[in-house]
Amino acid sequence: MENRSVIKRLSFLWQGLDPSLAIILLCLVVVGNITFLSASSGTVVGWVEQSRNLFTAFIIMWVTSRIPIKWLEKMSLWVYLIGVTLLVAVAIFGIIKKGARRWLNIGIVIQPSEIMKIAMPMMLAWYFHKKDGIVQLKDFFIAFCLLLLPIFLIARQPDLGTAILVFAAGFYVILFAGLPWKFVLPFAVVALLGIVLIIIFGDTLCTKGVTWPLLKSYQQHRVCTLLDPTSDPLGKGFHTLQSMIAIGSGGVFGKGWMKGTQTHLEFIPEKHTDFIFAVYSEEFGLFGNLALIILFFLLIQRGLQIASAAPNLYSRLLGGSVTLIFFTYAFVNMSMVSGLLPVVGVPLPFISYGGTALTTLGFGVGLLMSINRGRRLIQT
Amino acid sequence: MAQQNDSYSSLETFQSRIQIALWFVMICLLVLFFRFFWLQVVKHTKYSTASESNRIAIITTPAQRGLIIDRNGIVIARNFPSYSLEITPAGLNQPIEELVTSLNAVLKISNKDRQNFYRSLQGSKKTESIAIRNFLNDEEVARFMSRRYAFPGVEVQVRYFREYPYEELGAHLIGYTGRVSQKDREKLLAELEETSDEPSSDELRPMKIKGIQQVGKIGLEQSYEKELRGTLGYSQVEITAGGRVVRNLSSTAPTAGSNLSLAVDIKLQYIMERLYDKKRGAAVVIEVSTGDVLAFVSMPTYNPNAFIDGIDADLWKKLNSSPEKPLFNRPLRGTYPPGSTFKPFMALAALEGKFRTPEQGISDPGFFKFGTTTFRDDAVNGHGFVNMRQSIAASCDTYYYILARDMGINAISSFMKDFGFGQLSGIDINGEVRGILPSKEWKKGYYSDPSKQAWGEGDTISIGIGQGYNSYTILQLAQATAILANQGVVMRPHLVKMIEDPITHQKTLTVPSETTKLNIKKENLAVITEGMLAVNRTGTARVPFGGVRYPVAGKTGTSQVFSLGGKQYNASAISEFKRDHALYIAFAPTDKPKYALALVVENAGFGATAAAPIARQTLDYLMLNTWPQGVPPWKTAP
Repeated sequence: MENRSVIKRLSFLWQGLDPSLAIILLCLVVVGNITFLSASSGTVVGWVEQSRNLFTAFIIMWVTSRIPIKWLEKMSLWVYLIGVTLLVAVAIFGIIKKGARRWLNIGIVIQPSEIMKIAMPMMLAWYFHKKDGIVQLKDFFIAFCLLLLPIFLIARQPDLGTAILVFAAGFYVILFAGLPWKFVLPFAVVALLGIVLIIIFGDTLCTKGVTWPLLKSYQQHRVCTLLDPTSDPLGKGFHTLQSMIAIGSGGVFGKGWMKGTQTHLEFIPEKHTDFIFAVYSEEFGLFGNLALIILFFLLIQRGLQIASAAPNLYSRLLGGSVTLIFFTYAFVNMSMVSGLLPVVGVPLPFISYGGTALTTLGFGVGLLMSINRGRRLIQT
Repeated sequence: MAQQNDSYSSLETFQSRIQIALWFVMICLLVLFFRFFWLQVVKHTKYSTASESNRIAIITTPAQRGLIIDRNGIVIARNFPSYSLEITPAGLNQPIEELVTSLNAVLKISNKDRQNFYRSLQGSKKTESIAIRNFLNDEEVARFMSRRYAFPGVEVQVRYFREYPYEELGAHLIGYTGRVSQKDREKLLAELEETSDEPSSDELRPMKIKGIQQVGKIGLEQSYEKELRGTLGYSQVEITAGGRVVRNLSSTAPTAGSNLSLAVDIKLQYIMERLYDKKRGAAVVIEVSTGDVLAFVSMPTYNPNAFIDGIDADLWKKLNSSPEKPLFNRPLRGTYPPGSTFKPFMALAALEGKFRTPEQGISDPGFFKFGTTTFRDDAVNGHGFVNMRQSIAASCDTYYYILARDMGINAISSFMKDFGFGQLSGIDINGEVRGILPSKEWKKGYYSDPSKQAWGEGDTISIGIGQGYNSYTILQLAQATAILANQGVVMRPHLVKMIEDPITHQKTLTVPSETTKLNIKKENLAVITEGMLAVNRTGTARVPFGGVRYPVAGKTGTSQVFSLGGKQYNASAISEFKRDHALYIAFAPTDKPKYALALVVENAGFGATAAAPIARQTLDYLMLNTWPQGVPPWKTAP
């Protein structure tokens, strides 16, 4: 009896958490930790820090999940405005590291483009929500303007990877809000054609001296090394080539935990962060990959389920977009590591090492849980 | 309902889009799965072979660090080869801890060696070799070689180490190198990132840094780190599954670092350090027309060779806790009230600002009363009637108390700023400090207590004799003297004159070409020079400069370390570290100035008796090539 009451009294701790989401995340985090240990050859120095990052992300998730979705809705515009202001500040006073102006020192060093990954869908969801019932064509136009302003600021830092992710986050909201297909299809066709053309004429486009419009030389270089990683095996193609060898040599069952030669002879670059999937794949093989793909699918499926059952337009749009962002992270990362997409700095969600990304992800999951809670509160 | 028809956003559209999204996600993940299937099943054999033969490692070869050479070609920092015992973790057949224990039975491995080794081991590649013992002697090498079969993965290698053949001599200006610390590593990484245009990580980068074994920690070794370091060489080697090298595939030779050709004359530096002997202090000698720093003395000094392989903890503690502060770079970072050496600059300010004419004089009763405070002259009964020249020669305090009051702080500080007082000289060695040029703004910023922020008129009086809030480096004082000697032309002081490419032997001048000229009247400068000439003929420094055979302008200074509160100064009653500092500035020859110098002898009493004799012997060497008595002859290191 005594036990019952303690559990009851403590139940507020997990009341907001969605059990299925929580179990999926737990699985992902376990996979991430096991892989991380292998990548660090059994030393626990970085692992302790990663555990701290995970704990922080968990706290953020927990707190966010308890914030009523109504409040977030009211905050949306402000979060967006603060985000844009910070991006403008970065353009003026930003810190330059690694040749890019992305960081801002406001006592602590922050990367405002990271805020936009969540602020962008919040803002657009809020905008469409305000127009609930009477979304017109011009609203889509305005939404695109709201979307492109920060994209422009981020792209010129330059940070193409984040710009694409933020764009995707906003674009998902617009799609879920009902942008007619006739506006989407032409672009999709052009993009597809472009990719096909680049693949066919890759050799000519990548010969020395050819410069592409719009892209920086290093970006062009990345696309070219993707088309033919062997063209520069010790330089820019190194990442892709080595991670492909790691994945391919893993085979169906993998080489076993801690036994990946590519990993342990240090052929895999950034093996704790962006390329951690190569470590996993080498050691756990195709079965491991399948398990991971299923985990991510379950995560996304649950997220979309929550979104579709959400009580109002704001939470529907936000939930849908946040879920698809998780998918985009996972898909882009795994594609880049396996040589399907050029190398852009996108981590594998819940698995890659790094505090900033985990914070954003924790916030995103928190949002989903808050939306789910909102629905249940209405039902009861 | 009409409204509803206009809308694109309805629950039905949303639900259908969610369905589409789910399909899209499924298709994408399926594509990924097929990609994995392609790599891991269809192409598995190919990649498996690739990973088997993927045994190419990159090994770095360190570059020879550039030499540091004095202005006459004497090498003062060089590299020497020595045997090191190195361990390649990938090639071992036993745990490292056991190996170290059994190695210790053959060769002595100290706790410090162990610590350094385990520190380097963390975060290094298994294929990298790491030194466990440096500086093996021939006997130790022989002893290891005879038992070598028992230690696979351990090898004796030749490594180059930094060496300072003249040991303590010029230690503060040369500085030293040391092992790469975590902080150095971060700095090197940031530096590499700055020079790269690509905002991403490059696999070679961490390796480029790991290959760097020593880095300049302080002095010129640090300030010219980039030039001295050179570029690492790389070899691509094939390794076994265990990580042992099978054969060399290709290699790029390292490029040695550039040599530094100094402005410093190391023999002059040697003489001056010997003249200081056991005394503490700082001295800077500048070649007036170029800004070449000929000597940069900081006493006492230390042996930089002790730092090369990581300094011994006891020695480090001893150096750090010594009250004599041997590690403190005095000319660069020590600030002192200039005392009476400030007077020639005050006099020039008075002439330029038309506060005084050269002949205008005062009658000195031996003190100056300002409000209720009495400012004393060191001649108790005063100097009688003094004009400007006499005020410099006799170092009359009262003259300058009154002058300071008449000029006011604003006029003084704006004039002194141009002469570089309280400003960074821009010398080519890191860590320079500004000191304090007193002004109303400075005081406001310095005190947080508002009651202390206001500038009192009484604060100005002692500024006139180089006391009060005045606080400058000896480098600034030497630079100001050089500007005076150079007719107002400002040359940036520098220790390095040329950087020499080790391959082409092409020399690049580092001497800054830009100069500024202060707008100062020739006739005013002449008055000051005459006053300073008189210092050495009839004035305060007539004894140490007795019989001097070239025209030399000087000024003595004695600066209070702590306030006496108007009481008489009694050296024997005061603890050593609170006694007055002795200062001296000079330039010679006055008709066509070549050299300017400033020096301080800490807690040594009067400028005329403690500081001026060092200046006299230094100048005799520079002007007449007379080797000072009592200084042992120079021996060039083998």
